[in-house]
Amino acid sequence: MALADIRDDYLAQTRRKRLYGGLLVVIFVAMMVSGFRIADGRNAGGFWQGLHQVGDFPAALIGEAIEKAANLPLHMLNAVPALIETLNIALVATLLGCMAGTALAMAATRGLARWPRLVPVARRVSDVFRAIPEIVIALILIFILGGGPVPAVIAIAIHTAGAMGKLFSEVNENVDLKPVEGLASVGAIWSQRIWLGVIPQVAPNYLSYALLRLEVNIRASAILGFVGAGGIGYELRNAMTFGQGKFDQAAAIFLMLFATIVVVDQISGLARNRLTHGAPA
Amino acid sequence: MSAPDLSNPAASAPQSAADTLRDATIRLMDRKRRRALAVPVLMLVYLVYAAISFDLAGLAQRARLDNAAILLSDMVTHKVHVARDNRRETVQVAVEGSNRAIYPADRLPDWIEAQDDVTRIDLGAGHVVTYDGPRTTYDIPGYGPVTLVVGEDIALDVPGGTVPEFINASPARVTITTDQGRVTATRSRTETLRYFWGWEMFFFDLSSPFSGQSAGAVLGTILGGERLVAEQSNLSLALSEFWTNDIWQHGAVAWAIFETILMAFLGTFGAAFVALPLAFLAAQNFTPSRWLRFAVRRVFDFVRGVDALIFTIILSRAFGPGPLTGALAILLTDTGSFGKLFSEALENVDDKPIEGIRSTGASAIQRYRFGVIPQVMPVLLSQMLYFLESNTRSATIIGAITGGGIGLLLTQAIQTTQDWEKVTYYILLVVIMVIAMDSLSGWLRRKLIRGE
Repeated sequence: MALADIRDDYLAQTRRKRLYGGLLVVIFVAMMVSGFRIADGRNAGGFWQGLHQVGDFPAALIGEAIEKAANLPLHMLNAVPALIETLNIALVATLLGCMAGTALAMAATRGLARWPRLVPVARRVSDVFRAIPEIVIALILIFILGGGPVPAVIAIAIHTAGAMGKLFSEVNENVDLKPVEGLASVGAIWSQRIWLGVIPQVAPNYLSYALLRLEVNIRASAILGFVGAGGIGYELRNAMTFGQGKFDQAAAIFLMLFATIVVVDQISGLARNRLTHGAPA
Repeated sequence: MSAPDLSNPAASAPQSAADTLRDATIRLMDRKRRRALAVPVLMLVYLVYAAISFDLAGLAQRARLDNAAILLSDMVTHKVHVARDNRRETVQVAVEGSNRAIYPADRLPDWIEAQDDVTRIDLGAGHVVTYDGPRTTYDIPGYGPVTLVVGEDIALDVPGGTVPEFINASPARVTITTDQGRVTATRSRTETLRYFWGWEMFFFDLSSPFSGQSAGAVLGTILGGERLVAEQSNLSLALSEFWTNDIWQHGAVAWAIFETILMAFLGTFGAAFVALPLAFLAAQNFTPSRWLRFAVRRVFDFVRGVDALIFTIILSRAFGPGPLTGALAILLTDTGSFGKLFSEALENVDDKPIEGIRSTGASAIQRYRFGVIPQVMPVLLSQMLYFLESNTRSATIIGAITGGGIGLLLTQAIQTTQDWEKVTYYILLVVIMVIAMDSLSGWLRRKLIRGE
């Protein structure tokens, strides 16, 4: 008797769960479909009209690139300085952003912060830094400083500082406080406690996050170039505006950008593997 | 028994061993310290190189600090243009000189008095500008009246005869800049600007019946005033007037924000939808064929490597500008990222529940549904929600390139370099939007995954 009750209860519960799950899926699918239709309606060209044209531009690009394959190496060579600029933007922004992010993280971790009362302030600062899209700061700084790499560096660095401030402070929360206490007991000041007690513990994680961020920032720096901040993105936009007949140049830049992203991703992936799993024996 | 003699050579042997150990330790520490110092030095060298290659010194000269000053003051102030068309001999008063915010002749602000061809503009603190036909007089306290007569050339008459620094004069154009405002005269147009604090007409534009009223007065009308329009309650009138505000266009801005979030939503979940089945093909424990796995993984790498920027450019050629293009660009890029992440999650599933379900005679589909999905769902969901938040930011940037959403409004407003108060407004909205999506995604993660 009691067993049958339990079974009935269990089956009813399962049915209810399935109903809720099914309803959630239905609502979700409805949201996706109606969202897609709204986006389709507000787009200049429709999805179904455009679908068969998707291949046209890449085909034209590749066609011209193959036709003028002899030009490609020269175009690539010409784009190397711009590529180096893009890489420099990403690297400098990552460096500066991670330094600022470290400072923010140290100030935002309970138990480590020099001024515990400022912990919420440091957290809000990194939230706001993280929330501002790079393009906003870049465009405003381009208005003040003129086009070029510096606005992009500052814009990406600010966003990186916010993102790293959050990630690093999460790392800090798992720090073993015993070395810090040991250092405190021999009279180490705050900066010594952090430098000798915390940094050696968190450095591998920090580095791993910083490398991941470098991958993200190379993409960001290419995009910002497209809106006028210099580097390979800027060259790409110029090549695109030349239009048909100059597509070989655009194709060369596409190729270089793609190759760079893949190479940096691979190197950073290997390095991160070593950092998290230790060097191969 | 005597105490051990410390100066005894035999007893000092262990001490010398300790000495060597200490020396070795100190040497090791020194070496480590030198190596630890090398990292910041290398970074510094690199930053110096970068500063030189970015031409930081030249930048200091090119920087337009006056632009920064304009930007900062424009963020929190607005100006009213009193412009006289010197050919048609008409005077027009407009906020920010915008065609959408012209004061009607019978509702001029109280600091402007217009009578026939004479317009008297009070700039405050005793500064008064008078248009009298082609003749403009600017009475500057402590300096005297400056007179401009617009004809073939502009005749300038200043007290004392020497033109002071705050007046910039040529036969074709005269500009007088004071703390109270600015007067510019050319052959075709004489214009006076007066600056005010705050964002102009944020709630109601000039054509609205609520224009220029205080918050209390508007609230009073809404709560208990006479109906301003017979067929509409005052509340709905106020809301629709706010929504269709001609200058700030709150309705269009809200649509733009919605479009941006829509791009992020469709892109993120669309990508998850496409990536999930593909991830099974890339996971070692579900796809025995090494070649198929390799091929699918390379597809993920390729899609991830091509990057949203390139997809955006290619897709906007096919679909034209708009939110759909942005959504598809995000979808394609994230299919690669999700494919990689999902297949890693699938490789980490525990085989035991799957075997248990197999033992009850379940089909392959049932094994996946009840053995695999419940294990990986929390990981997948939390990845999706993380991406949703970061894609809101990406959608702002992609929108600026494809021409959709708040990103487009923002870049347009920045590129006109006029409407800095609007730029400030959009930036605030973007930051609020991203923070809101961040908390929403965090809340959903807690709710759905930890079941709190």
